[in-house]
Amino acid sequence: MSHAAPPAHYTSMGLDSRKMGFWAFIGSECLLFGSLISTYLVYQGRSVAGPTPSQILNIPVTSISTFDLLMSSLWMVLALAAVQRGDMKWAKIWLLGVAIGGTIFLGFQFYEFSSFVREGLTMQANLFGCTFFILTGTHGAHVTVGVLWMLTLWVRALQGKLGPQHAMTVEIAGLYWHFVDVVWIVIFTLVYLLHK
Amino acid sequence: MPDSHAVDQPHPVEHPHPTAGTYIRVAIILTVLTVLEVGVFYVPAFHPVLVPVLLTLSAIKFAIVVMFYMHLKMDNKFFTLLFGGPLLLAGAVMLGLMFLFGVLTLGR
Amino acid sequence: MSEATGLKSWLTTTDHKRIGKLYFWTAFVMFLIGGLEAELIRIQLAKPENSFVGADTYNQLFTMHGTTMVFMALMPLAAAFFNYIVPLQIGARDVAFPRLNAFSYWVFLLGTVFMNASWLLPHHPAPDGGWFGYATLTEKQFNPGPNIDFWLLGLQILGIASLAAGFNFIVTILNLRAPGMKMMRLPVFSWMTLVTSFLMITAFPVITVALVFLMFDRVFGTHFYLPSAGGDPVLWQHLFWLFGHPEVYILILPAMGVVSEILPTFARKPLFGYTVVVYSGVLIGFMGWGVWSHHMFSVGLGPIADSVFALTTMLIAIPTGVKIFNWLATLWGGQIKLTVAMCFALGFIGLFTIGGLSGVTHASPPADLQQTDTYYVVAHFHYVLFGGTMMGLFAGMYYWWPKMTGRLLSEPLGYVHFWLTFIGMNLTFFPMHFTGLLGMPRRVYTYTHDLGVDDMNMASTIGAIILGVGMIFFVYNMWRTRTKGAVAGPNPWGGATLEWSIPSPPPVHNFDVIPTVTSRLPLWDSPPAPKTPPGHIHVPGGSWWPMVAAAGLPLMALAPLTHTLWIVFVGGAVLIYGIYRWAYEPFEV
Repeated sequence: MSHAAPPAHYTSMGLDSRKMGFWAFIGSECLLFGSLISTYLVYQGRSVAGPTPSQILNIPVTSISTFDLLMSSLWMVLALAAVQRGDMKWAKIWLLGVAIGGTIFLGFQFYEFSSFVREGLTMQANLFGCTFFILTGTHGAHVTVGVLWMLTLWVRALQGKLGPQHAMTVEIAGLYWHFVDVVWIVIFTLVYLLHK
Repeated sequence: MPDSHAVDQPHPVEHPHPTAGTYIRVAIILTVLTVLEVGVFYVPAFHPVLVPVLLTLSAIKFAIVVMFYMHLKMDNKFFTLLFGGPLLLAGAVMLGLMFLFGVLTLGR
Repeated sequence: MSEATGLKSWLTTTDHKRIGKLYFWTAFVMFLIGGLEAELIRIQLAKPENSFVGADTYNQLFTMHGTTMVFMALMPLAAAFFNYIVPLQIGARDVAFPRLNAFSYWVFLLGTVFMNASWLLPHHPAPDGGWFGYATLTEKQFNPGPNIDFWLLGLQILGIASLAAGFNFIVTILNLRAPGMKMMRLPVFSWMTLVTSFLMITAFPVITVALVFLMFDRVFGTHFYLPSAGGDPVLWQHLFWLFGHPEVYILILPAMGVVSEILPTFARKPLFGYTVVVYSGVLIGFMGWGVWSHHMFSVGLGPIADSVFALTTMLIAIPTGVKIFNWLATLWGGQIKLTVAMCFALGFIGLFTIGGLSGVTHASPPADLQQTDTYYVVAHFHYVLFGGTMMGLFAGMYYWWPKMTGRLLSEPLGYVHFWLTFIGMNLTFFPMHFTGLLGMPRRVYTYTHDLGVDDMNMASTIGAIILGVGMIFFVYNMWRTRTKGAVAGPNPWGGATLEWSIPSPPPVHNFDVIPTVTSRLPLWDSPPAPKTPPGHIHVPGGSWWPMVAAAGLPLMALAPLTHTLWIVFVGGAVLIYGIYRWAYEPFEV
């Protein structure tokens, strides 16, 4: 049985500490992905051998997976709104939707990565390979964590242990999910659409 | 930094939430922007302005996800600072490295 | 209420005061180990062409000395004070996330053990690529053994500890201040902790990425830093120093904060120019991001890059200098009381200034071309990190020892510690300005007689021995104080800030009643009136889960170390299980 909402503590900024801590974490992640993206951009066009982006990247397929991730952000905000108004029936649906959307995205990534490898782009092949796979792989790892997080929330909702008093934890899960989506927006543009 | 006004404080102030309609409208805009991005990519006539157009479109998508889905526009301005500061820093680092490696150059 | 004792209570503690003590003792032991590594270096360099240790062992010694001192001694010693003192200074009962705090400590401990375990294996494959691990020396081709794997994996683990601590203190300092504790009433030490925390959460992700690239090069055969595939070893340098320069501000700002507390207390005068000192600290934090390539002036970045970084480096001397003038102005006209803490704080000012001056000479690329990779640089950073940070931390130890333990360290023994340290430090490092300019290179296990630096090296070695003796006095002082130290009341020094308003050591709940603050110097301006404590004060209990989660990390690190993939899943499972139980256990702050 979930315990009651934490007692209202005095805070000097009138903000939820967990939310503040999570935004600080997201700020930190900007530097993490920023360094990965910077390396990708700095090494663009410097591979001495192996497949190049224009030879290998599949824009139509990746556009679909990008769209899927964007839509999963919509399911996420709808899930949060449902939790906030106590509508746990729809909360469960939307939370599962986010998890499924994320899994579909990972499926696309898996399909994409394995076809690249078949075509000769491994991370050892050239600079495009290592920078591409580490960048998108790190992003994919983040999506995976997000899917596990959503499934955990979904299961707890099924168990009746998630309710409007836990809206903040769902909001924070949402912040994580949207951030992962937003990072993909940047990657899709810089890696896929603006490839050399 | 904002000062606390009262000694005793209840829960942090809750802001009115956007409706599902707003969220869906945002999703539609995001879809349209993505279609535009892919469209610009495929239409040869746009290629001279490909880079600025794509950067602008993706920046807009980034901004509306952050402002509306992540609720930053409606929340306390401090969260914008907490996210915006490191974001700007990451951008500056990226630009700095691109200059240092010759990916970007000034002038001729 | 009485506090639990016994091993379990320490292993499961979430109390910031206990975590502070855990940090302190672990870090202090590592400081002694790092010091031992230094003594061995100095014995080897006492005379030319010495054979006390061979070249390989020497490389391990200076690598581990540097890595230990930076990551396992100086940073966690500062963290000990962040933990113990900041909640007290802001009028809080604990940090924002007590279990995350415990997690930080256990991860720090495990990372330390992980990296140092390399000393214990056959042929002691300790890290040997320098504390800065430049590629391509650290790549598999040139370093095939596990040495660098221990280094990069250990550092990744330690980095997580710093990140967690950074998030915690940012939220604590911003959101848990007592009523009336406006930001511009915050003690300078807490302000510097805040700036340092922001630096940690932004700088560590960069080195995380750099280390991931190196690990993938070494373990999976990628070419991030390998020229054969078009990679650039200079990328490592950029990523490392993008982290590394903010890191040195992470190292100095807390000590500057300590000094900013101690000088007013023992001059019986408020800090001169509080606002300016605070803003300078914030400015140093920002500007510290713009100077990193001054560590790369000899790499050949080109005249434009060199000029830009020379300029930014010279500019950052401004806020630094401003602080020094404000400290001096604090002393001017004050009733100076030369306690041991005050002596160390004054020593900080002088010695840090010397280090700052040699730093300014580094800012000029042409001058730096002669200085770089010589002992001149070793002189510079030891003046700022030993003469600066360590002196500041020693000052903090003498200052806050009574608050943390209820007993005062012996002042007579303290003066011996101070003078031996001051003399030893200068004797060790001042000659290095000259040996460096005479051409003695860094990171080389010996030198020849005809370089003409024999006597100065001997002087440095003698200085190092004096430093060691000073430490022995300090350790004896700490030991003796346990039973023979004078018992301290709440405010033995007459300090102005909130930590001095509660008993020494504080009760587990810190404040009977959370104070309402009306000034920057609460105990000097308006000593808090006694209030009736509430009937019950809730203090959260302990938890095993931070330690369990922490244990997942070195387990995961064993996978690339031993080239055994499945271990990473075991470690990951431990981490995830620990986090899950942590998230869902009943725990109320």
